[in-house]
Amino acid sequence: MSDTFEPKIVGFLCNWCSYRAADLAGISRAKHAPNVRIIRTMCSGRVDPAFVFKALSMGADGVMIAGCHPGECHYIEQNYKTIRRYAMLKHALRQFGVEEDRVRLIWASAAEGQQLADAINQFVADVKKLGPLNWPGHWQDAQDHTAALEAIAHEHAETMEVPV
Amino acid sequence: MSQSSQATAVSTQQDKEPPAAAGAAKGKLAIYWAASCGGCEISILGIHEKILEVDKAFDIVLFPCGADGKVRDVEKMPDKSIDLCLFNGGIRTSENEYMARLLRAKSKVLIAFGSCASEGCIPGLANACSRQDIFKTNYHDSPSLDNPEGVEPQTETQVPEGKLHLPEFYDTLRTLDQTVEVDYYLPGCPPESDRIWEALVAVLEGKLPPKGSVIGAASTVCDTCKRKRTEKKITAFKRTWEIIPDEEACLLEQGLVCCGPATRAGCGGLCPQVNSPCIGCYGPPDGAPDFGARLMSALASVIDSNDPAECDRIIREGIPDAIGTFYRFSLAGSLLRRTAKVAN
Repeated sequence: MSDTFEPKIVGFLCNWCSYRAADLAGISRAKHAPNVRIIRTMCSGRVDPAFVFKALSMGADGVMIAGCHPGECHYIEQNYKTIRRYAMLKHALRQFGVEEDRVRLIWASAAEGQQLADAINQFVADVKKLGPLNWPGHWQDAQDHTAALEAIAHEHAETMEVPV
Repeated sequence: MSQSSQATAVSTQQDKEPPAAAGAAKGKLAIYWAASCGGCEISILGIHEKILEVDKAFDIVLFPCGADGKVRDVEKMPDKSIDLCLFNGGIRTSENEYMARLLRAKSKVLIAFGSCASEGCIPGLANACSRQDIFKTNYHDSPSLDNPEGVEPQTETQVPEGKLHLPEFYDTLRTLDQTVEVDYYLPGCPPESDRIWEALVAVLEGKLPPKGSVIGAASTVCDTCKRKRTEKKITAFKRTWEIIPDEEACLLEQGLVCCGPATRAGCGGLCPQVNSPCIGCYGPPDGAPDFGARLMSALASVIDSNDPAECDRIIREGIPDAIGTFYRFSLAGSLLRRTAKVAN
């Protein structure tokens, strides 16, 4: 992979712990890679697998989900649902052929600014190793079909004309 | 005449007479199939004698499965001269794409009819492999095959009489709206005949929802299911052959992967009524961009464990085929559309 590759990463951070951890990282001037575009959700349990698919399908190279530590969820037990959804999501992504390291779930309490910064750095480094995902490239046809489509029109005009 | 009066006699009270039937100029109707199985056509004919009302309101200009009408004649029609086109099937070949483009240009209202046109359906599951894989299986590896020379279909073949052409086979099956602009969607594999009739009445009465909508219910199969629901907590997903389900309790609570929570209502819950889990043929309800994501969310939340390793085991053992389970009808129309292409 070329050294210039900077992965685009979407990060879904929960309002009560991880987003505050990100704030704390900023306030304490903890340095971390700038590749993560952070989206604040009320809870990691709010992160529908569709959010992750959408990010990947629109060109993200990786997706990070961050929430409160298990047992410390602001909504009591929603991050346990995150654990299960994440397991389900990984199961599907494996079959789609998306590498294991492109989607990651981490926990960061509001006090863990440095831990979040470290986790971001680690994640960015891991995704960098994988290289670009370019998911839309998988469904874009390498072949141009314009000629084939025009050929059908010509053939119809030549051979399907019914003499009156 | 006797036929149509008979039709009125057997109509129930809910069946409204389409207004265009009364003397107004006849509209033009096209019904086409691309990569599909023909079930949609059967379902259209399943409106039974009401087909005569359709005939009163429309001239059928193209309906390869059910009536005469030539593509060449459609090609010669002015643009936007077909009032309604029901297009079923996905876009698998250049011929499918050609017909989609042609009918889009000629039609005022284009409806993605049925699951294939809307979200890819069963033919779209081929997006879990490549064109080469499909050809390898179909023309080389299939046990019932007799092809010693390993012949594969060619787009052009020279024979003494001249050149023969076959359409190009695309690598990825596309849905209709990934190919041309679609006005409305009518989901289902196939759409239920009653829903087809309701849609036709809506078209004729001009009571269509905003452009781009699905014509039908907004809620889910669970909302129409009569089974008893209590608390959902399961420790294992079961395959249909592993248990004989209780007739009254929610199938998902019994561990079966029932797609009801992620599937649009419209069928009347036919499968759960006969003790079989919903398989999701009506696609996702309003507000869900990805059927599989909705189903994964729903299934994950009922697993009775908070331990990541245990959750992983339950999922791996109970759902060996994630794409086949979550995207049986919607892989091509899903957000990811297909599996990663592996360089050959």
